[in-house]
Amino acid sequence: MNTAPNPLVRAHDLARTFDVSAPWLNRVIERKPRQLLHAVDGVGFEIEKGKTLALVGESGCGKSTVARLLVGLYEPTRGGFSFDGQDAHAAFKGRDARAMRRRIQMIFQDPYASLNPRWLVQDIIAEPLREHGLITEAAALKARVGELLTSVGLSPQDMAKYPHQFSGGQRQRISIARALATEPEFLVCDEPTSALDVSVQAQVLNIMKDLQKKQGLTYLFISHNLAVVRHVSDQVGVMYLGRLVELADKQQLFSQPRHPYTRMLLDAIPKMHDTGRARTPVQGEVPNPLDPPPGCAFNPRCPFANARCRSERPQLLQDEGGARVACHAVEEGRIGRA
Amino acid sequence: MSLLEVQNLVVEFPTRRGTLRALDDVSFSIAPGEILGVVGESGAGKSLTGASIIGLLEPPGRVASGQIRLEGQRIDNLPHERMRHIRGRKIGAIFQDPLTSLNPLYTVGQQLVETILTHLPMPAAQARQRAIDLLKDTGIPAAEQRIDHYPHQFSGGMRQRVVIALALAAEPQLIVADEPTTALDVSIQAQIIQLLKSICKTRGAAVMLITHDMGVIAETCDRVAVMYAGRVAEIGPVHEVINRPAHPYTAGLMASIPDMEQDRERLNQIDGAMPRLNAIPKGCAFNPRCPQVFDRCRVERPDLMPAGATQAACWLHAVEKEAA
Repeated sequence: MNTAPNPLVRAHDLARTFDVSAPWLNRVIERKPRQLLHAVDGVGFEIEKGKTLALVGESGCGKSTVARLLVGLYEPTRGGFSFDGQDAHAAFKGRDARAMRRRIQMIFQDPYASLNPRWLVQDIIAEPLREHGLITEAAALKARVGELLTSVGLSPQDMAKYPHQFSGGQRQRISIARALATEPEFLVCDEPTSALDVSVQAQVLNIMKDLQKKQGLTYLFISHNLAVVRHVSDQVGVMYLGRLVELADKQQLFSQPRHPYTRMLLDAIPKMHDTGRARTPVQGEVPNPLDPPPGCAFNPRCPFANARCRSERPQLLQDEGGARVACHAVEEGRIGRA
Repeated sequence: MSLLEVQNLVVEFPTRRGTLRALDDVSFSIAPGEILGVVGESGAGKSLTGASIIGLLEPPGRVASGQIRLEGQRIDNLPHERMRHIRGRKIGAIFQDPLTSLNPLYTVGQQLVETILTHLPMPAAQARQRAIDLLKDTGIPAAEQRIDHYPHQFSGGMRQRVVIALALAAEPQLIVADEPTTALDVSIQAQIIQLLKSICKTRGAAVMLITHDMGVIAETCDRVAVMYAGRVAEIGPVHEVINRPAHPYTAGLMASIPDMEQDRERLNQIDGAMPRLNAIPKGCAFNPRCPQVFDRCRVERPDLMPAGATQAACWLHAVEKEAA
């Protein structure tokens, strides 16, 4: 992988632990220990300006937690991330918090839940502008909102409507317009199209790509849909139980997946054009994150697991092709190239 | 003879502002042992079609006209008690969310045994053995112990396996599966689809698989019906519909799905959105979004007509027929 000298976003050993212990009295009476959930455990990546990193994984793998860490909705338990050379989490707490928040915005999954139903669209989109004191004059504010609506393919007249008057895809475009209002450089998109129908999903993905080209936006794109990821991303990180198991350029990841979990995910996607093909589905399910298996978390489902995989946790190592893979079998050459 | 025959089904919802037609003249059939996919975007009426067949339309929704026949016998006008007997015995149902289709207060075994005893006369001990066998068949490890567990003790994928076991408990000839894998992760989804396909094949049960996921359809079904705004837009053998779609909506839908096998700079998009039920356009419901629209589409509503190897409700193919 070509590591840029100055990536816009650099996450370093990000970790977030949640305390899911029983209440204090229960712990004392029932002699239960504290229970910690390691939602994200040592995740690191870089995103260059104008590029898209996609994080994929199944539910509970920690991808949404990474998104929330990057916009400052959670504080990291360990590690941190720097944005444009600055320590972002320090900035979120300090005097520059507003400036930092202006530059990093988020698009949420559910456009039905992320827009206030009692507000007019113009108020929804103008809120960040007012909040950051970017535009205060009413006429200018209106003009800017109209401009933002046009940029996502809606009409300026739509600003006088309420969210319920729009379809799901249109609502998602409204939330993109709101996220773009402060002219951010980095957009964190948490499953932005999973609540949408395919024909509408295509509209939203096209708009996101166009905007990236026009405004040089940088995206972190979170999704469980590998076909969508293949369409939008430049780099792909595959997560499993809170850790990155593979991080590679898109082309490389899809043509030569290295980690057994990545291969399994790719194999699990139904293919449209060879109908009736029988697949061998992977056995087993994601283990309980409260009680992850020792060693590599994937070992109980992995066809290549040996004693080392069951005891020692693999590190994310760069291979000769440039991909970073956390797998003993790949490191030892027990798995060939796909 | 077909196992299930749906003819000109119309489902209406009377509201204060007039009657909404949610399903408008839907016809199709399912042969014994066949897997029919029903695909469409939200609000196209695919779940309503399933609900009408199993007799679980939520009031005020009602079958306004048309017929549903199972083995030649009408089932759309049966009294509740009779329908209760058919549901489970002849038609099994699998829903999207396995947690809401299982009763959290009873063990999995109690629910299975109850279903078996309701439909099949046998002693309780034998019913329990049958329940264990069903769980084994659906791939639940240590079925002898797991049978006494409660639904919350199972993971999502395992719960869906239990739901499949429940649907199959009385050996129905037809399974209506409404988005059975939508709530599951991709790796689990593959397992469940595989299971559904193999278990229905060995038992000779036909399946009506309702989903919005074209990939799942491609992999599982024999035939597929594409629904749009309460009507069947196209129906035919699955590889024909996918590779040579005859209806412009099907073609647009296929092209808007991001493909794993090829890179495209932009996805094809169908502009606009599906119309609401109270504002279905005159003529063909797809005409405002259709790239190949012409005058006839705006005034006259097309019915299904032969279009190559499939049937499509589109005037483009009438021209073909009249010319021939």
